[in-house]
Amino acid sequence: MPQEIDREEVRRLVDEGAQLVEVLPANEYAEDHLPGALNFPLRRIEAEARDGLDPRRPVIVYCWDSA
Amino acid sequence: MSPRAAWRLESFGFTRVYDYVAGKLDWMAAGLPTEGTNAERPRAGDVARRDVPTCSLDERLGEVRERAEAAGFDACVVVNDERVVLGLLRKKELEADASLPIEAAMRPGPSTFRPFVPIEEMARFLTHHDLANAPITTSDGRLVGLLRRDDAVRAAERLDAEGADRRENEEP
Repeated sequence: MPQEIDREEVRRLVDEGAQLVEVLPANEYAEDHLPGALNFPLRRIEAEARDGLDPRRPVIVYCWDSA
Repeated sequence: MSPRAAWRLESFGFTRVYDYVAGKLDWMAAGLPTEGTNAERPRAGDVARRDVPTCSLDERLGEVRERAEAAGFDACVVVNDERVVLGLLRKKELEADASLPIEAAMRPGPSTFRPFVPIEEMARFLTHHDLANAPITTSDGRLVGLLRRDDAVRAAERLDAEGADRRENEEP
């Protein structure tokens, strides 16, 4: 079950090597994203995440907010 | 959207999946850096004066006024021990009776803005509402700094001029 985390946990996990993934559309990612984040929009996550992410490392996903 | 993505990743076999539910809005509201085409554009948090004087509810106006003047400000932000903004003293409030407690002198519950608001938007807002300044806070109300209208307008004009230069250089 995915674990919900806050900002401080994000920073800690990224420091430890977690992969950040923004799931918003590419145009929104292009304007602003968290440092080092990859972009796998939700509709393409199946096709792209398998090859683009390292399954041995933690993955943090985010979008704009909790909506 | 991110919960669905997190669950989907787990279904692919990823075992350590986390969901940053508060997301990009929370990150930017905290004034943390971002990457992307907007990252170089100045925002409210970049231009806000972080050295703005602060005071607490139980101080007296006279001592606070002296401190603000010594720091070169005609404003002071009222905060609690957690730096959460409780009120604002602009020039008019600072000129009141020196013996007043801050709680009685301040403008309570001032409008605050998040650090990621584009500086052009802030310049327009402060000008339209004839406000000399506005506190910039994180989403949980903690003070980032005080954005002065003059600073916002200057930064917006500089941005506008840079855009005009760029367009001129791009023309064939």
